[in-house]
Amino acid sequence: MAGAEGDDSLYPIAVLIDELRNEDVQLRLNSIKKLSTIALALGVERTRTELLPFLTDTIYDEDEVLLALAEQLGSFTVLVGGPEFVHCLLPPLESLATVEETVVRDKAVESLRKISQEHSPVDLEVHFVPLVKRLASGDWFTSRTSACGLFGVCYPRVSIMTHTFESTLITAVMHFRTLCSDDTPMVRRAASSKLGEFAKVLELDYVKSDIIPLFTALASDEQDSVRLLAVEAGVSIAALLPQEDLEDLVMPTLRQAAEDKSWRVRYMVADKFSELQKAVGPEITKNDLVPAFQNLLKDCEAEVRTAAANKVKVFCESLPEDSRETIIMTHILPCVKELVSDTNQHVKSALASVIMGLSTILGKDNTVEHLLPLFLVQLKDEYPEVRLNIISNLDCVNEVIGIRQLSQSLLPAIVELAEDAKWRVRLAIIEYMPLLAGQLGVEFFDEKLNSLCMAWLIDHVYAIREAATCNLMKLVEKFGAEWAQNTIVPKVLGMANDSNYLHRMTTLFCINALSEVCGQEITTKHMLPVVLKMSTDQVANVRFNVARCLQKIGPVLDSSALQAEVKPVLEKLATDQDMDVKYFALEAISGMYLFNLPTYIFSETFSFSSILFFFFSFSLSP
Amino acid sequence: YSFVLFCLCSVPLCLRPMQVFTKTKSEIYLFFNLVCDPADVISTVEFNQTGEFLATGDKGGRVVIFQREPQGEYNVYSTFQSHEPEFDYLKSLEIEEKINKIRWLPPHNPAHFLLSTNDKTVKLWKVSEKDKRAEGYNLRDEEGRLKDLSTITTLQVPVLRPMDLLVEASPRRVFANAHAYHINSISVNSDCETYLSADDLRINLWHLNITDRSFNIVDLKPENMEDLSEVITVAEFHPHHCHLLAFSSSTGTTRLCDMRARALCDQHAKLFEEAVDPSRRSFFSEIVSSVSDVKFSHSGRYLLTRDYLTVKVWDLNMENKPVETYQVHDYLQTKLCSLYESDCIFDKFECTWNGTDSVIMTGAYNNYFRMFDRASLRDVTLEASREVCKRRAVLQPRRVCVGKKRKETDVSVDSLDFRKKILHTAWHPKENIIAIAASNNLYIFQDRLTPNGHHNMPEIQSAPPK
Repeated sequence: MAGAEGDDSLYPIAVLIDELRNEDVQLRLNSIKKLSTIALALGVERTRTELLPFLTDTIYDEDEVLLALAEQLGSFTVLVGGPEFVHCLLPPLESLATVEETVVRDKAVESLRKISQEHSPVDLEVHFVPLVKRLASGDWFTSRTSACGLFGVCYPRVSIMTHTFESTLITAVMHFRTLCSDDTPMVRRAASSKLGEFAKVLELDYVKSDIIPLFTALASDEQDSVRLLAVEAGVSIAALLPQEDLEDLVMPTLRQAAEDKSWRVRYMVADKFSELQKAVGPEITKNDLVPAFQNLLKDCEAEVRTAAANKVKVFCESLPEDSRETIIMTHILPCVKELVSDTNQHVKSALASVIMGLSTILGKDNTVEHLLPLFLVQLKDEYPEVRLNIISNLDCVNEVIGIRQLSQSLLPAIVELAEDAKWRVRLAIIEYMPLLAGQLGVEFFDEKLNSLCMAWLIDHVYAIREAATCNLMKLVEKFGAEWAQNTIVPKVLGMANDSNYLHRMTTLFCINALSEVCGQEITTKHMLPVVLKMSTDQVANVRFNVARCLQKIGPVLDSSALQAEVKPVLEKLATDQDMDVKYFALEAISGMYLFNLPTYIFSETFSFSSILFFFFSFSLSP
Repeated sequence: YSFVLFCLCSVPLCLRPMQVFTKTKSEIYLFFNLVCDPADVISTVEFNQTGEFLATGDKGGRVVIFQREPQGEYNVYSTFQSHEPEFDYLKSLEIEEKINKIRWLPPHNPAHFLLSTNDKTVKLWKVSEKDKRAEGYNLRDEEGRLKDLSTITTLQVPVLRPMDLLVEASPRRVFANAHAYHINSISVNSDCETYLSADDLRINLWHLNITDRSFNIVDLKPENMEDLSEVITVAEFHPHHCHLLAFSSSTGTTRLCDMRARALCDQHAKLFEEAVDPSRRSFFSEIVSSVSDVKFSHSGRYLLTRDYLTVKVWDLNMENKPVETYQVHDYLQTKLCSLYESDCIFDKFECTWNGTDSVIMTGAYNNYFRMFDRASLRDVTLEASREVCKRRAVLQPRRVCVGKKRKETDVSVDSLDFRKKILHTAWHPKENIIAIAASNNLYIFQDRLTPNGHHNMPEIQSAPPK
């Protein structure tokens, strides 16, 4: 690398290398992130012999630096000389896989998994497998937890042709077994969470003879945190086994998990219920999972009920078609009915977010008879979140029974939410307004909801007013310009004469939002005169918003209106007393290319500085 | 005959930065121990899981860690400032830096981890050793001077060279903003990934890797603070069962909660409470029954509780009365009035088990501490003070008498010094080594070795019959 011209080209790299040890973490981090540049400059040989040994010992650094290092090393194969030398990356990653910080270890394991793919089968056996064994029998739990994540990737690739394959596999299973019965719960947790993945790469016979006992042991561990992770492993294992073995090998354990003493384990079962359902197939679902699901829905812990309530729709959807309706009607629906009047708001709101989905599964008659009463109860729930969740999913019901059935109860619920004391609740209901309008139709909307939408425009919270203007735009998109002209525009424009300047500004914001969807005619005929008139408002905030508004609606207007009406007003605003008004007027003028340069210069009313300003912006903008 | 303790070392913990030692005032108290800086008063003592390390926290927010040398003595390993005084501007409250509790985490890797807490914030510290240093810069020489750029013709990768051992303490996590009241306990769960922190009214559950969220598992706060009838005094996890936790209250009860049953543990699984004889009720009954410390035995079967006058051992299977009750300083019964006036009655004494759960230790006044052998029911009072704790000197039992002195060495109740109190004690998890914090002094005592090098069975020399 050295040479006559060395100084210049070496300098930036020398800085990078020196900054690997800078006091400032940020500089070290930057340097680590450019590790590939350093390696490239050093060449493959020196990277292997000097850089990597140095990195192997720098595990005392801050987490973020180590994290970046662990990530970099995952894509370092080319820089150490290609797949042939990829094993040189193992020592630094091995030391990173033993640090105490979980994110760093996980990243190191991820990189190890990545580079394991680049090892030849022989290298894998000579270098990688011993590393996994070393980690698995390390003194500290950190290295043993890291080992758990590596079994799954290295064994499938140890070639079947090599005579040691069988023995390698057996030792792997043996090591994994040791990890599953480790003294520390941390390692057992890691083993528990990787068991499913390891099972996937083993042959079925090994799964049956070796993995199942491990799974059973972990699922009855004394630590709740180990047992709950075993649930997930159980799901993966169940997916691997043929139907006839499920009943004997995994179902007893899974049944036990669904009735575990610890609510956290039951929560996990509820949370993974749809995966479980998929893995065990329709027969076991019918016989086992349905009662288990009923129990979870009736669980004494609200967290578990919440998790189960979230799964109601997916569970019902994936029930075998032939018996779906009967199962729902006789087993699930009674539990759902109870949940509707649950004492816990989270349970109810979880249910409200999925319950509407049942109507498509059950069809019109059942929906009207059984579900509709539940919807109505939830629409009157004391917690706004429950009501909101029902309203946000109205489209499902609309498809099945039409919304008319609900509209009588819907209206009071909407009105109440619209007037809720918490502005976040009001904001949430505004966001569903366009959806509701679409479902309920224009007539119903005009009659019942229009006044609400207008009331939001004068809400005392800005976020609500802003959302309300946006809502108007979406409504016009739905109902068309003519509807807008008849219902919304007059009311919006009427606010221009309000005594409160905030309301007058709302008019401008509405015009900003509506001009495009309303089209040229309405904008020119109805809106523009109002805007122009407001340019003489007493309040400067209104005046500069006029300027901004004019800029915004400019593209919608035709050029004659621009020249004849907008131009003089903006010119006048550009001479306003107020700095901000001036600024926005000039901005509007330059933004719209309203005038060509000469006219502008001869205009007497402009001061020198604004001309300069104009020049400046003009020269920049094209 | 012997639980004969001799003084292993006694360390005045005036571990201020070195330069302070040169100041006259500090020197005075270093040598004569006359004036004690309040910041140096030790507020917690805790051995780690192996007993190789001992940590103390003080009122000045410092943590001092001692390491046991191969010869058996404990020497300072690391000192760091864990908490600083703060001011809560929202509530206009000063937050003291005093370390309320320290708890060691089970060993992860060569470094050591501990949790320390003041009234509001729990911190996770890593104490690690560094014995290598990188050398060789490209652009500077070893003295840090910039090199002439024209001399740089090759790139140099730094090399690691051995150096003197450096012990560093670095804050790994800060668990803040979860407590409205003062934190009185922290306890690491046996799953090694969660811990609890308890304040006067609530207990929160944390994940050791997550600092921005904690779960409230116990909440005693009534709707109306005027209905407040009890506060949480201590909370601790069971040593083996990850789902069990015990917490005690100012009303003298200790509750056992099962975290498996519910996410919120407001309803207890068991309530340990002894009925008080109504005839013995007095104004002070409730105050002295307030539980100041709770410790699970190492076996996990028993609970040790300390109230003002007694230590009690409870079997987890029997809620209505303790299996053993030991009087710590029964002679104070008649002095409660003056103790109330001096606020001493609110002192929070800690208690501790020995490694095999056969002996119990707790502190008392006048720099005395008490030990109770559960099998022989013998007890002993010992004193930890600069005068008696000469190096390698054997501790002599003390006796407090209520009436006339019967022996020369007896001490009358009236001459007890109530300002000298031993609140914090710790017992080595495996050996008969104890650590006693008395004001700003830390005393470490060890059971005398028998000639063959083994420790004696912990048998307490009996106190003379009354």
